Amino acid sequence: MDWNTIFVTTVKASIGLETVVYALAAIGVNIQFGYAGLLNFGQAAFLGVAAYGMAVTVATFHLPFWLGILIGLAATIVLAFLLGIPTLRLRADYLAIVTIAAAEIVRLIFRSVKFSSVFGGSDGRQNFSGDFFAMNPYSPGTYGIGPISFNERVTWVLTVGWVLIAIACGLVYLLMKSPWGRVLKAIREDEDAVRSLGKNVFSYKMQALVLGGVVGCLGGFLFALGQASVQPDLFSTEFTFYAYTIVILGGAARVFSPVVGAAIFWVLLVFVGNTLSEAVSAGLLPSLFTVNNIGAVRFMLVGLGLMLLLIFRPQGIFGDKREIALDAR
Amino acid sequence: MRRAVIAFTAFLGGLVFLLSSPAWADGEALKGTLQNQGQPVNGVKISVAGEDGKPVGDATTGSDGKWEVPVPEAGTYKVTLDQSTLPQGVGLKFKDRATLNVQVYEGSERNVLFALAPAGQQGGGAAQSSSDSSSFWDRVAQLTFEGFNLGLIIALAAMGLSLVFGTTGLTNFAHGELLTFGAMCAYFFNVVLGIPLVLAAVISVVIGGVFGYTQDRFFWGVLRKRGSSLVAMMIISIGLALFLRYVFLFFFGGEGAPFADYNAQPGIQVGPISAAPKNFIAMGIELAVLVIVGLALLKTRVGKAARAVADNPALAASSGINVDGVIRIIWTVGGAVASLAGVMLGLSQNVSYQMGFQILLLVFAGVTLGGLGTAFGALVGSIVVGLFIQLSTVVVPTELKTVGALLVLILVMLFRPQGILGRRERIG
Repeated sequence: MDWNTIFVTTVKASIGLETVVYALAAIGVNIQFGYAGLLNFGQAAFLGVAAYGMAVTVATFHLPFWLGILIGLAATIVLAFLLGIPTLRLRADYLAIVTIAAAEIVRLIFRSVKFSSVFGGSDGRQNFSGDFFAMNPYSPGTYGIGPISFNERVTWVLTVGWVLIAIACGLVYLLMKSPWGRVLKAIREDEDAVRSLGKNVFSYKMQALVLGGVVGCLGGFLFALGQASVQPDLFSTEFTFYAYTIVILGGAARVFSPVVGAAIFWVLLVFVGNTLSEAVSAGLLPSLFTVNNIGAVRFMLVGLGLMLLLIFRPQGIFGDKREIALDAR
Repeated sequence: MRRAVIAFTAFLGGLVFLLSSPAWADGEALKGTLQNQGQPVNGVKISVAGEDGKPVGDATTGSDGKWEVPVPEAGTYKVTLDQSTLPQGVGLKFKDRATLNVQVYEGSERNVLFALAPAGQQGGGAAQSSSDSSSFWDRVAQLTFEGFNLGLIIALAAMGLSLVFGTTGLTNFAHGELLTFGAMCAYFFNVVLGIPLVLAAVISVVIGGVFGYTQDRFFWGVLRKRGSSLVAMMIISIGLALFLRYVFLFFFGGEGAPFADYNAQPGIQVGPISAAPKNFIAMGIELAVLVIVGLALLKTRVGKAARAVADNPALAASSGINVDGVIRIIWTVGGAVASLAGVMLGLSQNVSYQMGFQILLLVFAGVTLGGLGTAFGALVGSIVVGLFIQLSTVVVPTELKTVGALLVLILVMLFRPQGILGRRERIG
């Protein structure tokens, strides 16, 4: 067992690209689900259209990078409206089914052969991150403490990512202290009561959906840029489910919980995954476990963890039980 | 929905697709399985030549449609299908793709895919327009048949989902895993233990029922008692679905695999429809089960009680119905029927760990289209969804047919959220 490698990869995972991407996606989910009580199961689609909007603009049509970002943002907002208009008047579980269906539609179109000249089929798109890395202020080399260090490209992506997370958290903090945020939380608690006070519930929900989508889509940009490629299957429904697990793990309706949740989620996932695969190659586990199927075990644990959290501690680590939107129906 | 649904689409659309066998090769070879409408095509000559045109070898497909030509070294080869040896009424889907250039890598066997289609359905050829009017209606008839086939499977799955929703309010995202569970059980008994598939299917239906009962007795029932809210239970069902899916992946592996029986059934022609006998029998069984469950809901005491609970649990309880008992029966029957649906799905495509999840959204589409919580609405809605998916391939590329069905789901939400047979007060 190589504990040193396990330790290093685990510590790196706590601030790595996945943590950043999932934290941003989870901050978006937290706005929608934690504060407004909207069950958006299509968060992956928001990240997907943003990442593809940027990648396709730059790689397929050879337009400037910043235009790509704008188009990605616009695509996210359009998607939010398209999803929200039919479903925000309906019950929570209807929204859940529609958003999950929409996410699959988006993914199927991205990976279809029919549109592969635009979206690149199941291989996705590459060659769009040049302008982003041209802005890199870090000179070539590694940055970090001892073995826990990243090269200049990863350092740049992570810097941007954590700055965006800080901005998003600040925004959520200020918004949720404002009257706007209080209306949102009131909608989560009792829609009819808010409506009877003369607030336009539909409009508030739509704003929450758009805002959550936009915050999440920042994660989509970073995902694409950090990997220097986009593939349709990165944005599967399981992505959304992991984001929900992160929000519930940290505790819904808390500013920092998605960030802490994402870090804990990825630390656990990487730690368990590495420990298990090291244990398999060291022959410490029964022969039932092999290098091929050991990867499945950690996702089993995700499912199990999600179930146990909701059964025994629905408020997560930091949440307040009275503030959980789970009674919305 | 991922790889296997794409494969499923290809299967139903009448393309050839190759079952990659897990056997590891010693030397380089070219191989493939020739299929038309999911049925193997035998006696077709395939020849392989080097890049310079020098012949390397040839092969004739066996009764299972398989062929293999060993090649001396890695490199590019020209693989030619002799079109004159194709059976009557079968042609290449793309006439200009009788010869393919294929790269073989060091130490690996390379699958080669020739897409076949019934004569008259090919694209890319000049001969296409000669008999278009009759072949168009033939195609519609064939697709209608396939649509019913898919719709009935969806309906079997939807029945349980809809009844569970109606009685407990739970939107169960783990319902697809009940299908996978059934298919996996049947696969275990059929392929691993060597029991005939019919018997294996019966066993897996029984086990599926037990699984459904156990889930309710020891999991969902307990959660209901604890007073877990519906949204919490919905997310718990997602956790359960993830957990079960990766348990299946752990034991079964990521590759799809067919059952041992009825794989290579030659197709028969009934009017304009050509399909394997197994499809007709499967549809008969599905229809019979749906009718029996439907009659049981209408005529038996338990069925009436189930509909009463679905209508209004509190009122049903106060009129002396044992609500928990009814819910347990619904879970048992739902589990058994979902298991059967899984076996049927495994029969028409491969068994894979994602099969249930992939069809789950179509089941949701069927259930919402018919009206959430209504048993018969689910039946009608599912068949409409199945038909729509298959018939849409007349205009939409096959790979995007699920997109159409999901769009319909969203449009139903927009214009008639209570579904075809649902009532308006169900939505809040």
